[in-house]
Amino acid sequence: MAKRSAPEVNAGSMADIAFLLLIFFLVTTTIETDSGISRKLPPIDDVEDPPEIREKNIFIVLVNQNDDLLVNGETAPLEDLRERAMEFLDNGGGVGEEACDYCQGANDPSSSDNPDKAIISLQNDRLTSYKMYIAVQNELVAAYNDLRDREAQRLYGQSYRQMEKDFADPNWRGNKDKLKEQLDVLKNMYPQKLSEAEPKKRS
Amino acid sequence: MSKFKKKSGGGTPGISTASLPDIVFMLLFFFMVVTVLRDNTLMIENRLPTADEVEKLDKKNLVMYIYAGKPSQRYQAQYGTEARIQLNDKFADVKDIQAFIQSERDTKREEEIPRLTTSLKVDGETNMGLVSDIKQELREVNALKINYTTRDGDAASNLQ
Repeated sequence: MAKRSAPEVNAGSMADIAFLLLIFFLVTTTIETDSGISRKLPPIDDVEDPPEIREKNIFIVLVNQNDDLLVNGETAPLEDLRERAMEFLDNGGGVGEEACDYCQGANDPSSSDNPDKAIISLQNDRLTSYKMYIAVQNELVAAYNDLRDREAQRLYGQSYRQMEKDFADPNWRGNKDKLKEQLDVLKNMYPQKLSEAEPKKRS
Repeated sequence: MSKFKKKSGGGTPGISTASLPDIVFMLLFFFMVVTVLRDNTLMIENRLPTADEVEKLDKKNLVMYIYAGKPSQRYQAQYGTEARIQLNDKFADVKDIQAFIQSERDTKREEEIPRLTTSLKVDGETNMGLVSDIKQELREVNALKINYTTRDGDAASNLQ
């Protein structure tokens, strides 16, 4: 009996099929955003008597319903906020025990004593837009990170942001315990003390 | 008859398309791998604000998502244009958040619960009043780790 060879399957349309699938996945792909500003909310239990904070150690940032900024009683554009916050945090106006030996600020006695005492208070209106709020948050976090960057350069010869990135990177080859220690030192130099008041009720 | 006869048909030879399927398959596999099929269908507008001091959220399974924003066009007749919260696949009220967090916690192992992070995906045009209400509810259920999810970019571009 004559053996018939199996007919060859035409593979010419394979490319078309693959294209079809490719276009489907191209359309459905949403590359999810999964990064943002991390914050920790204060626990709900109220402290009976809040510790006394001197007024000069508080830096008040107010945002009203028209997204205008009021920094320590004066209106200011958003671009100036980071600089103003850094000036305040880095002031180091304290004397004796409260002195700050690494601050490079103006040592103005009417501004904050040292970064550990300095508190930034952020207050917003219920009608403030969320994007303005995020912009302000971002600038305040940036102020802290800029100062930590400076100290990291001085102490360890690299930037704080890079160290954070290395710490989060699982493929980074290096001593993570040592890095963590260094990060903690920097964080203690400029602890992030950002207090948020609950928005005022509008009548 | 010369040995060096010119070959007939002097035009450019056609490019072989035999490897085209391979190339397309390669692209296909790439997109198949990176595709994350959305588990929530968004019923709201969700243009996230931009920021550059961001931290990346790893451990996807330890993140709870809360969306907020204006209802999208086709839901506006039903739900109005006031910004609303979306949990999973439906619109929710501020007071539903506590139950949502509890139900999310029930699906996780006990030792994972303190590491749960709440990701707030809020539209840039939303008023802070709603966001503060969400934050207040989160404080009540002791879900204190939050992340304002943003797009990467300059913070000043939010104001334009």
